[in-house]
Amino acid sequence: MNLDNDKIILEEIEKEDAFDPANRENKVQDEIYERGIFYNLLMSLKENKLAIICLIILIIIIIASLLAPLSPYDPDAMDLRSKLLLPNKEHFFGTDNLGRDYFTRALYGGRVSLTVGFFSMLVSVIVGTIYGTISGYIGGTIDNLMMRAVDIFMSVPSFLLIIIINSFLSPSMFTMVVIIGMFSWMGVARIVRAETMSLKERDFVLAAKNMGAGNMEIMLIHIIPNMIPSIIVAASISIARAILTESSLSFLGFGVKLPMSSWGSMLQNAQSQIMDVPTLALFPGALILLTVLSFNVLGDVLRNALEPKMVK
Amino acid sequence: MCGKSIKMEPVLKVSHLKKYFPMGNNQILKAVDDVSFEIYQGKTLGLVGESGCGKTTCGRTCTGLYSRTGGQVLFKGQDVHEMRGKDRKDFTKKVQTIFQDPYASLDPRMKVNDIIAEGMRIHHMASKKEEREIVQELLRQVGLQSEHANRYIHEFSGGQRQRIGIARALAIHPEFLVCDEPISALDVSIQAQIVNLLREMQDKMGLTYLFVAHDLSMVRHISDQVAVMYLGKIVELTSSDELYSHPVHPYTQALLSAIPIPDPDVEATRERIVLKGDVPSPISPPKGCRFRGRCKYATAKCGEIEPEMKQIGTGHFVACHLYNKEDA
Repeated sequence: MNLDNDKIILEEIEKEDAFDPANRENKVQDEIYERGIFYNLLMSLKENKLAIICLIILIIIIIASLLAPLSPYDPDAMDLRSKLLLPNKEHFFGTDNLGRDYFTRALYGGRVSLTVGFFSMLVSVIVGTIYGTISGYIGGTIDNLMMRAVDIFMSVPSFLLIIIINSFLSPSMFTMVVIIGMFSWMGVARIVRAETMSLKERDFVLAAKNMGAGNMEIMLIHIIPNMIPSIIVAASISIARAILTESSLSFLGFGVKLPMSSWGSMLQNAQSQIMDVPTLALFPGALILLTVLSFNVLGDVLRNALEPKMVK
Repeated sequence: MCGKSIKMEPVLKVSHLKKYFPMGNNQILKAVDDVSFEIYQGKTLGLVGESGCGKTTCGRTCTGLYSRTGGQVLFKGQDVHEMRGKDRKDFTKKVQTIFQDPYASLDPRMKVNDIIAEGMRIHHMASKKEEREIVQELLRQVGLQSEHANRYIHEFSGGQRQRIGIARALAIHPEFLVCDEPISALDVSIQAQIVNLLREMQDKMGLTYLFVAHDLSMVRHISDQVAVMYLGKIVELTSSDELYSHPVHPYTQALLSAIPIPDPDVEATRERIVLKGDVPSPISPPKGCRFRGRCKYATAKCGEIEPEMKQIGTGHFVACHLYNKEDA
């Protein structure tokens, strides 16, 4: 019985020309999974319950903010008869001191906070990537100068500076994005520079140089695509930080203008009623906490998933 | 046509090439120190030596990847390190390198098709459609299948990756290939396949090779001429048959005696020359002959005067004081 089996297997192998090395290696290769970035990501997400919870929280917050216009209430409509209500069936989060539906305001505020967070992350990642790649790739004196400039930027008390700049400019979402972005790209630049310095010594970069590739081609084709994992990690941390900065600014009254709200400005409004209606401070505070925490946890998971470089 | 043009010009002429790396603290690592050789059209020069003796640095300096510290590398009469602009771009089209490590030398985020086509894109050699056909043809030539073009590098084994590396080098029709230990990362059965593939390509396309390796039997198989390097210097340079039948430098003799003989009786009785001591540091190489500390024939003279390359037979050069007693 066994012998027969073996014979059949042997015959099969011979048929397929197993001694052709390309064929022989193929057989095994076909069964190996495509282990791209996203495969790694999914696998480590599956293993990490906390990460799944964070992802779900974020998705709920983002979708709810996107769907905010579906709310039956107008975020700015005042109804003084029903002010300072506690959470109930009609008003999930209750109402504020002007009788506005707090749930709807929180959703609209989430739009502001998330948008500012996302776009300032984009600004800082783009600026940081370009700056860091150039600095690390050129190396030498120019790299030294560029990195000292980063050090100077980092030692500026950026939050105070943002407040000063914001009091000169009329604060809008756009200026907030630009200002927060301009003061948070240094971390990305440092990470990217370090990665670039190691990548530029790799053999495939030498091979490209050997083929006559120009510096721009090498940076765009070889260096930046290989840094995407680290950039994603940096981005997820940067978005959390941007949301926090935006909230702090709004809390201090340097954020978006009334009647527009963001989570930070809602917190500020809640200050006066904190003894009477603590839920007014609780909800925006909890939303900020959950969002920032989720982005940070996800950033950690991403780092674990992407940095060991299982993909050789 | 005068008599001069009949004599073949070497494709690559390296004369007194030096490459030093500054190590800080005023220390200098002399990776390649005064190396000269010539390679002719369609021939292969094997460059052998132990790890760290400067073989790879020598190869990379020859292709212009590293700047030189001194000396000259002439490719078809043009100084490699003086080329700029269009000359430089043409040169990068004619000279290619096959790297030692097939894992590190291919970009993990690119598909095989893009890797092989990269050179053609840089030199604008083909349209998108032609490019795909050329890539598939190349894959077949190096013994892979055309479907492999759409895969990523991590899906291939070491031997297959090295084939992809070879296909990439061949894609832009080079004339001269620097094979930087293309086989040392592979196991023995694959080594032979790759060496045979390289020879086949040489016959088909008239390629010229600088073949860097530390495996002497493989080098003998592929090379017309062999140069033996020790601590950044060439100690012996001759035709491959001559080197293996009449090695004259004590270091070459020791190296050759390390090749196992596939006959147990001979293997048991043959005499192995075992070198004592370690390779001195290239940061402060010993004065005089660099090999003298480990050479059993070393004399007082070896410690004082650095031996120069002397011709001792047709095309047989050696740098050792043992072979120029007549001159002394």
